[in-house]
Amino acid sequence: MTYIFLQQYWWLIVSLLGAILVSLFFVQGGQSVILSLSKKEEDRVKLIGLLGSKWEITFTTLVTFGGAFFASFPLFYSTSFGGAYWAWMLLLLCFVLQAVSYEFQKKKGNLFGSTTYRVFLMINGLLAPILVGVVVGTFFTGANFTVSKEQIYDLSNPIISVWNSPWHGLEALWSSPLNLLLGAVVLFLSRVLAMLYILNRAKNKDFDDAVAKKMKKRLWIYSVLFVFHFLLFLYDLLTMSGYAVNPSTSEIFIEPYKYFHNFLQMPAVSAILLVGVVLVLYGCLRTLFSKKFGSGIWFAGSGAILAVLSLLLVAGWNNTAYYPSLTDPQSSLTIFNSSSSYFTLNTMFYVSLLVPFVIAYIAYTWKVLARKETK
Amino acid sequence: MDILSTSLVDWSRAQFALTAMYHWLFVPLTLGLGIIMSIMESVYVVKKDEKWKKIAKFWMMLFGINFAVGVATGLILEFEFGTNWSNYSWFVGDIFGAPLAIEGIVAFFLEATFISIMYFGWDKVSKRFHLASTWLTVFGATISAYWILVANGWMQNPTGMTFNPDTVRNEMNDFWAVAFNPLSVNKFFHTVLSGWVVGGLFVVGVSAYLMLRAKRLANTEETQDFARKSMWIGAIFGLVATILVCLTGDTSSENVAKYQPMKLAAMEGLYEGKAGAELIGFGIVNPSKQSYNDSVKPVICKVAFPKMLSWLSFGSMDAYVPGIRNIIDGGYTTPDGGTAVSFEDKVAHGKEANEALKNYRIAKKNGDIQEMAKQRAIMDAHFKYFGYSYLENPEQTIPNVPLTFYSFHLMVALGGLFIIVFAVVLWMLYRKKMKPSKWLYLLVFCIPLGYIAGQAGWIVAEVGRQPWTIQDLLPVQAAVSKLDVSSVQTTFWIFASLFTILLAAELTIMVKQIKKGF
Repeated sequence: MTYIFLQQYWWLIVSLLGAILVSLFFVQGGQSVILSLSKKEEDRVKLIGLLGSKWEITFTTLVTFGGAFFASFPLFYSTSFGGAYWAWMLLLLCFVLQAVSYEFQKKKGNLFGSTTYRVFLMINGLLAPILVGVVVGTFFTGANFTVSKEQIYDLSNPIISVWNSPWHGLEALWSSPLNLLLGAVVLFLSRVLAMLYILNRAKNKDFDDAVAKKMKKRLWIYSVLFVFHFLLFLYDLLTMSGYAVNPSTSEIFIEPYKYFHNFLQMPAVSAILLVGVVLVLYGCLRTLFSKKFGSGIWFAGSGAILAVLSLLLVAGWNNTAYYPSLTDPQSSLTIFNSSSSYFTLNTMFYVSLLVPFVIAYIAYTWKVLARKETK
Repeated sequence: MDILSTSLVDWSRAQFALTAMYHWLFVPLTLGLGIIMSIMESVYVVKKDEKWKKIAKFWMMLFGINFAVGVATGLILEFEFGTNWSNYSWFVGDIFGAPLAIEGIVAFFLEATFISIMYFGWDKVSKRFHLASTWLTVFGATISAYWILVANGWMQNPTGMTFNPDTVRNEMNDFWAVAFNPLSVNKFFHTVLSGWVVGGLFVVGVSAYLMLRAKRLANTEETQDFARKSMWIGAIFGLVATILVCLTGDTSSENVAKYQPMKLAAMEGLYEGKAGAELIGFGIVNPSKQSYNDSVKPVICKVAFPKMLSWLSFGSMDAYVPGIRNIIDGGYTTPDGGTAVSFEDKVAHGKEANEALKNYRIAKKNGDIQEMAKQRAIMDAHFKYFGYSYLENPEQTIPNVPLTFYSFHLMVALGGLFIIVFAVVLWMLYRKKMKPSKWLYLLVFCIPLGYIAGQAGWIVAEVGRQPWTIQDLLPVQAAVSKLDVSSVQTTFWIFASLFTILLAAELTIMVKQIKKGF
């Protein structure tokens, strides 16, 4: 295996983990509707119980995503986490709220009452998708930082990565509309997936017809909002300039329509995007128009993975800077200048072969948990 | 100089310490109670006795309450390497990131997946599948501990890597040397076993409380019976774990002596080295000691065991153990037969390495291959002390002696106490003398002592290795992220408030659940 292959491979793995994380945001979407799901307490408890057996996988995927990014592209870890401090801290804080809320909300003596913890879940359900979308948006729109490895021998100030905005990551919220747009896309996608999940469980008699009807109505609204924002985002992405890297000189330059070119030059990635979008739409539309169909979550969930994967791939593959520096373009991060060494990527390659096995046992246990009766 | 301001470094350290200490309030119980409840469920499956299922479920419920906050603090901890220690993340990310990624892929998913079966699968899977899920959850937590301790051990004894001047970072060249670093392996056993001790103390203490409370509960007889059964398992498990902790502690001291002599000297308040050094059992650090080379006695009112420190550290009663002053001045003979390098010389080596790195990169820009090779050779020859280039005076290499000293001795004393406690409990159970009495409150009181011992151990490990994030290669002031002090102060207080609230909520929930009984 060549070094370049491993760099591409690890970008694929990190992108795949990111894509799986976004599709698992149906948990977040579900959390955001706990209070408005139904007036009946038993329905709310039911939904919390269903999501409660899944949230840890979302959480673990986030942690693994962080770990894999650290292992494969440590310069991103040091530059973005150390620089966009407040954006990441906010994201982490809302995940802390999630981690305790499922366990604590139903227990006596939880100090704040059940509703508070449900509000925490709602906050996580709303904020986490938006923040993830906004942060990922900067993969395309860039951020204000510089990287200078020469700094290491400045004994009084040896810090390599420096953030140049006093807002430390929060500026992503207003620096480019595309960031917020992607935040909205992820939020509405999480809602769409949550509606499809609840409708799927309604088919399995976990919820009654009244809840199903209500969720179907909402699925209409969220689907329209998702499609609208997604198309706007896609238009912006395809027409914007991107940061390209010259593979022979490592020089980084601005290329008009960079992401559009990436899709054209990587037809397989375009196909992944297309299949992903079609699957999401199929999942939604068939659920909306068919009374018997309850498997929309499987189609839309898989489609979401493919669509997000394709977007992350165009951010990093095809000689693209996946984390552009607006302050100093030459400081922009590419999968070549920010990756771990050949030895580490190669070693980790063998570890990554465990991923299908992990996915298999997760799928198996979910299937087991979905059983209603004891064998 | 702003970036290296003490304030930023100290607040960053404080935030990391806060998160790590809170995290370590929850993890030991997960590790220890996890095994105990798995044993209980195993008894249920083997004996097919519903009583044991009820007992196992009770402890599992407490396990779940504790688990959630551990997960939350663990998430923060992982990302704080990037948010607060960005230079560190680049300088050693090539090595350090791998254990974290493996932890996620191999351990976290195992834990997160099978815990769902453990809680939600009682009526959906067979008994054996459920039992396997419980064990896999605990196994996942334990191997997660292994990988994070591999990372931690590597920071204290960096091996299996080489510095690459082209990328300006350390790069892994031997995965197995990293994965089976002797310091990490020992640290794993010592740390996980200390978690088992906490688990044992918790089960014994809670069972004691339930014995006392049984008469107020509807199922008095059943509660007494279940509490006694739990206490048996907790005490046997705790006693075995405490003995093993002591044994691994012995190996741990050998490792510290070999790889981190300054930490050992701080643990014992040893400023002047000697052959046949004594081990202090009890002592008071002299507050009048102002400098490492003044003539003030470092420890007063001490009770010491002659020659024991030499024996514990190097396996010989007459071995030489260097003190803080000797480590700074150098010149003594090291265990491998070499001569110890003084602080001044280490700084000189570090600066040579740093200068050579600079010259190497200039030569590279100019395409001067010969000069590159020359500078590379100089850099390699001096790189062992690279981190010293960032230090200005020898005092910077001395960790907080009183804190390290007292934490170490407190930890050891509590370890001794726990052996007695578990042995007495087992004796009383065996002689059927374990009956409700006010004395049982002493066992409840021992629960926090287990946590205090664990925290003290971590203080020894982490405060004792200051100022190094990577031993001899990267001090804290060169590892920190360039942030406003106010940002770190703000997040520190947010985390401090949030974690404290969560801890309070956890404790009240747990107390309520315990009061309900089995």
